[in-house]
Amino acid sequence: MIINKSDIAAFLDSFRDEYRVFAPAVADGVSGYRILTAGSELTWQGLNTQRPPKEVLFPQSERLYSYEIGANGVQISAHYDDRKKVVFGIRPCDARSFHYLDYVFLGQEYQDVYYRKRRENTLLIGMACLEPAKTCFCTSLGGGPFATDGLDLLWVDLGDRYLVQVLTPQGKALVASKPFFSPASEADYRAAAAAEARARAQMLPALDLSRVKPWLDAGFNAPFWERVSEKCIGCAVCTYLCPTCHCFDLSDEAATDRFLAGVRIRTWDTCAFPLFTLHASGHNPRPTGKERFRQRVMHKFCYFVQNWGEAACVGCGRCVVNCPVNLDIREVLAQIAVQDAGAGMGQ
Amino acid sequence: MDKQEVLRATVRKLLQNGQVSLVIGYANGTLPLRTAPVFIRTAEEADLLVWNSLCEYNLANYLPRYANDRIAIVVKGCDARALVGLLQENQVQRDRVYVIGVSCEGVVDRRQVAALVGGREVTAVEESPENIVVRGRGFEKLIPKKEAMFPSCRVCRYGNPVLADITIGDSVAAGEDAFDDIAAFENLPAPEREAYFVREMNKCIRCYACRNACPMCYCKQCFVDASMPQWLSRWVGTADNLFFHLGRALHLAGRCVDCGACARACPVGVDLMKLNRKLIKDARELFGYEAGLDPEGRPLLGTFNPDDPGPFTIRG
Repeated sequence: MIINKSDIAAFLDSFRDEYRVFAPAVADGVSGYRILTAGSELTWQGLNTQRPPKEVLFPQSERLYSYEIGANGVQISAHYDDRKKVVFGIRPCDARSFHYLDYVFLGQEYQDVYYRKRRENTLLIGMACLEPAKTCFCTSLGGGPFATDGLDLLWVDLGDRYLVQVLTPQGKALVASKPFFSPASEADYRAAAAAEARARAQMLPALDLSRVKPWLDAGFNAPFWERVSEKCIGCAVCTYLCPTCHCFDLSDEAATDRFLAGVRIRTWDTCAFPLFTLHASGHNPRPTGKERFRQRVMHKFCYFVQNWGEAACVGCGRCVVNCPVNLDIREVLAQIAVQDAGAGMGQ
Repeated sequence: MDKQEVLRATVRKLLQNGQVSLVIGYANGTLPLRTAPVFIRTAEEADLLVWNSLCEYNLANYLPRYANDRIAIVVKGCDARALVGLLQENQVQRDRVYVIGVSCEGVVDRRQVAALVGGREVTAVEESPENIVVRGRGFEKLIPKKEAMFPSCRVCRYGNPVLADITIGDSVAAGEDAFDDIAAFENLPAPEREAYFVREMNKCIRCYACRNACPMCYCKQCFVDASMPQWLSRWVGTADNLFFHLGRALHLAGRCVDCGACARACPVGVDLMKLNRKLIKDARELFGYEAGLDPEGRPLLGTFNPDDPGPFTIRG
């Protein structure tokens, strides 16, 4: 299907009553996925936003439930968010990140009800990447500038209009019976295919990650970690801005206006912080930056692969662009790939 | 020889003759407009070292980690002042550190370059003494370094390191001592100042990159990480973010050397220097104190003089 660019605002407005529409936008100089209050607000021209779209499903801070202990015992009221949402303009790498978050929050063993209620009510309209950045490495992780995984619709910019690829029944329902769409021609499909070929050609060659997991399997105690983590300053830029990092903390905030009441909150947490693994005893099994940096790499490229068959990285490049000391994960992976298997690894 | 060549030769010699076992300096980064901190241990690696206007990190930050090594460290003027602060506060032992000072004319601020090219991706950069040329898909732009310089560098009076065992490069002229930015902000009506801070605080994602990039933030446990009891909520929002930033700024009163490493580390561009420079200005105006100038001196908050101004004290 085809939609003219001049109809985008009207298309978005056509379901804003029913759905909260998140789209890439800049607020106070920071880009992220924000709620549109009018279709005409859509002005984003860039690729990946600074803030990742995971926060639509998994906000940095959220109230899980309120509690109050009264005469009738403990009263708990959960704060679910099951409002219907559309994320418009999400990039294929970010859409894949939702798929990885699903493994964690919607697993066989554990279902996270807060996440599930958001996820079940969220549609993803993807935007193909015509000009991937030099920091993009999605093709190294099985993605691509036109990848469709996790999307309900994929839009391809053809200049004055978009080619709309319908990928799921939910996506179809969103565009069905809307007056903005017309059938695509053969020429439109050919233009989209050419755009994809151009986009792929612009990307740096994919990294060969085939040796990474096998080396990590045995490399936990390798001296490698000392040096590779040396410049890391232990902040949370890479993990907080990562679309797949999903670790969180739970804490209780007592109400300030009455006794025996409060709210349980969930906030992003990160393996980069000392507090992350600090035991109540005072013992910390990851006492220095070395262990904490290793955990980030291991979780993404070893444990996650072990658990779910895929690495917890979509190659969006946010950690590459934003690391305060240019500790580039691509370089780390390339170094791991040439490590001598078995050499000096300890047990 | 240019500064970079002298730097490499100096480091090669230091490692060859065993005077130090580790050198912390700058190497080329993986992205245009970026260098990266580098830790070298052999003379052969000396050729990794670079010196250019992209050497934005304050490497003194790494020193307290290496209590048992003899280290050489590359410092700009501001970094040398941070090192002086660390010496004053007994975080670094002077006889373990060989200080390679490099005279500095200011570092280029990536954020300003990004703004000047409209946020487009820079894929290549070239530097000449006065300018940088940045290129990307379909554009090339010549930017005078002065226009893209980190704001604090424009008014820096300590481009020549105040502490060094060797100084590389000719002496640079001191900038004009100016706090016009802070004075102008002080004169805004309170509601405007409040609105400004609310906006800045709302950007913050509490990644603590500012704190972790700061050489003077070396506490073994930061107040925000305390959990027994917990002093700061894990909630990321205006009030809690402000609590963190005010707490940090106050801990840096009389200690911050205006290097800007925190602001450059921030992934979302929070205007951290507003608070830091206000406190620098206050330390100057109220106590005539500048941080990081005298290794034998005492930190401002470690001294008391009965004549100190202080409307909050009993004397008033």
